[in-house]
Amino acid sequence: MQRCVQTGALNQSIILRIKKAAMGFNSIVMVKQVPDTANISGQVMKEDGTVNRAKLPAIFNHEDRVAIELALQIKDKFGGKVTAITMGPPRASDILRECLYMGADEAYLISDRKFAGADTLATSYVLSEAIKKIGGYDFVFAGRQAIDGDTAQVGPQTAEKLHIPQITYSEEILGIKDGSVQIKRKIDGGFEVLESKLPLLVTVIKDAVSPRPFKARRVMAYKNARTLLELEKLTEGNSLLYIDQLKDDYVNKGLYIHTLTMDDLKLDESRCGVHGSPTKVHKVESVVLAGGSHEMIEPTKEGISRLIDQLLEDHILG
Amino acid sequence: MEKLNKDVWVFVEQRDGKPADVSFELLSKGRKLAKNLNGNLKSVVIGHDVLALAEETFRFGAVEAIVVDHKELGHYRTMPYSRIINQLIEKEKPRVMLFGATIIGRDLAPRVASYTKSGLTADCTDLQVSDVQYLRKDYKDLLLQIRPAFGGNIIATIISPDVQTQMATVREGVMRMEPLEKHVKGKIRNIEYTPDPVDELVKLIEQHRQENKVNLKAAPIIVAGGYGMRTKANFELIRELADLLGGEVAGTRAAVDAGFINHDRQVGQTGVTVRPKLYIACAISGAIQHRAGMQEANKIIAINSDPEAPIFGVAHYGIVGDAIEIIPRFINVFKQKLR
Ligand SMILES: Cc1cc2nc3c(=O)[nH]c(=O)nc-3n(C[C@H](O)[C@H](O)[C@H](O)COP(=O)(O)OP(=O)(O)OC[C@H]3O[C@@H](n4cnc5c(N)ncnc54)[C@H](O)[C@@H]3O)c2cc1C
Ligand SMILES: Cc1cc2nc3c(=O)[nH]c(=O)nc-3n(C[C@H](O)[C@H](O)[C@H](O)COP(=O)(O)OP(=O)(O)OC[C@H]3O[C@@H](n4cnc5c(N)ncnc54)[C@H](O)[C@@H]3O)c2cc1C
Repeated sequence: MQRCVQTGALNQSIILRIKKAAMGFNSIVMVKQVPDTANISGQVMKEDGTVNRAKLPAIFNHEDRVAIELALQIKDKFGGKVTAITMGPPRASDILRECLYMGADEAYLISDRKFAGADTLATSYVLSEAIKKIGGYDFVFAGRQAIDGDTAQVGPQTAEKLHIPQITYSEEILGIKDGSVQIKRKIDGGFEVLESKLPLLVTVIKDAVSPRPFKARRVMAYKNARTLLELEKLTEGNSLLYIDQLKDDYVNKGLYIHTLTMDDLKLDESRCGVHGSPTKVHKVESVVLAGGSHEMIEPTKEGISRLIDQLLEDHILG
Repeated sequence: MEKLNKDVWVFVEQRDGKPADVSFELLSKGRKLAKNLNGNLKSVVIGHDVLALAEETFRFGAVEAIVVDHKELGHYRTMPYSRIINQLIEKEKPRVMLFGATIIGRDLAPRVASYTKSGLTADCTDLQVSDVQYLRKDYKDLLLQIRPAFGGNIIATIISPDVQTQMATVREGVMRMEPLEKHVKGKIRNIEYTPDPVDELVKLIEQHRQENKVNLKAAPIIVAGGYGMRTKANFELIRELADLLGGEVAGTRAAVDAGFINHDRQVGQTGVTVRPKLYIACAISGAIQHRAGMQEANKIIAINSDPEAPIFGVAHYGIVGDAIEIIPRFINVFKQKLR
């Protein structure tokens, strides 16, 4: 009798676990398209020595690809779904297609003219509301930092708005069990291991994993994936195409990139874009080299000797 | 409009009870900002057994230390720390709140800014107080938050004109640490910690921290080598010169990537910011990300075979030529003078 009860309890917990494993873990990954600030070549410099941002190629923020990879690894191991989201202009759909090429199941473009000029607070407001609307997540992933604004703020600000904990600077997911995840993260001068209940927001550093290459089969399939804005372009000047039909068609083929505006998300306009941004860029200066102000020293013994004398005299040396 | 609080708060970061230098750098700067604003400088100290640390902040001009001391708070954890600061700020509404741009500061500050809907400027390299005209409106005594962005290619001045609390994180090593001759007679104000279930959502399992043995920031003389040194053997020349001058060795990221030197000695945007008395840059091109970490040095000597190298733009003395010949020459001449 005793035994029987025990087995029953055991079975039940196994069933529960199998059920959870079958469902897997759902991840929403925040991805951003950024100007390639690392490769500033002559062509993008203006005559006054400033950077012509419009000419910088737009790329997928590298740490966000790492974030996608981590989410895909969880999916590969436990099952579940990976959803990529970005807030940005219409052309940001490029990186969403790349997420699909890597293996993401669904993608969302959050786009509205009223989002323009958002600082990190306004960005996190919009992203957190989109994440709430999508719902059903165990993990939210983000890059630690985007290479243009360089703030590393959007992740933690989004977590606060979702009322969930966060683990930033994550290096490795050590394991997931019983609704908790163990993560190794970088700290100043070392590392620590944290265990968190789910749901959780995770920001990742670039060394965590290397993102997988695109799968040729998926590129063939998803290169035709389109946002609503792109479908609307197709219907322009073509009286035979109706946007609703076209959209249904793309949804049915699994090629629709969800597109959400401020109204779709029922957002408070005063918290979006430039109006919802407490920080304002008051002044921007390009870093231009001063140049020419230094004293030339001959590379000879005599030249170096005079330099050392000067430094000794100024109490810089000695 | 309700009268604005003019206080400047500094979050004092500690690791295993030891304060982070950046906190004292911030207090030193905060003291001047508070003076400009006609407000008070206050420190916020969270941890376990942190009374002595709280009192140390008086040496940097804090007139009050707001202390939350509890055995559960020994190690930094996002949830309780952010919850505590959220509530303090919501209630007392300081005018300025500063955090170090460390891993802890960058984990904590955005959470607090998000909750209190404050503007938060990241990674500042300078802070000033000034009257500002913005969109045809006049603002008195705003915090000018100066920071590099776009991979270091631009310097932006950010303001948060319409919020009560202007928040910023500040890079380590860019503000000077300036203790006062005499302590301020400050006040300790203890705030009780009330545990909350959300504090337990994330648990610390283990932590490994290596005391950073290298202290580049404190070195009066730094000899740095770049990728142009070409081999590890040549890089030894940098070490020899540094030893001779009683300085520390440093390098560029390219030198780190090439394995000439360890990352903890990398100077620049993604390394350490230094301001020694003398910085000798050998075979370093002077990329913006490197200059960001060394251009405030008192005197800079650049040795480079390319007369057009950008490093000369920030140098006080330039030597055009082969570093592999010039460094031994420098060593010999200096040794002769020592005799
Ligand atoms: C010169 C300059 C300086 C600036 N300084 C500040 C400042 O000090 N404070 C401030 O609040 N704002 C600032 N901004 C605005 C800020 O860059 C933008 O709000 C930007 O959209 C998000 O910030 P970030 O690039 O720093 O992202 P980060 O916070 O560095 O991004 C971290 C991660 O969040 C996710 N993420 C970020 N943005 C998006 C998005 N749009 N869609 C999906 N996921 C996203 C990604 O996963 C990313 O890896 C500045 C902008 C400029 C041009
Ligand atoms: C986001 C980001 C962050 C970065 N962070 C940092 C950072 O923190 N620190 C950093 O240093 N870099 C950083 N970098 C890299 C930076 O952009 C440069 O690539 C790097 O500083 C170049 O290092 P270098 O000067 O040693 O090498 P190079 O640029 O290769 O320069 C070598 C120089 O040596 C000279 N030279 C060659 N042979 C000789 C010789 N025999 N004698 C004399 N001179 C010789 C050459 O003329 C050349 O000027 C960062 C880059 C990015 C994109």
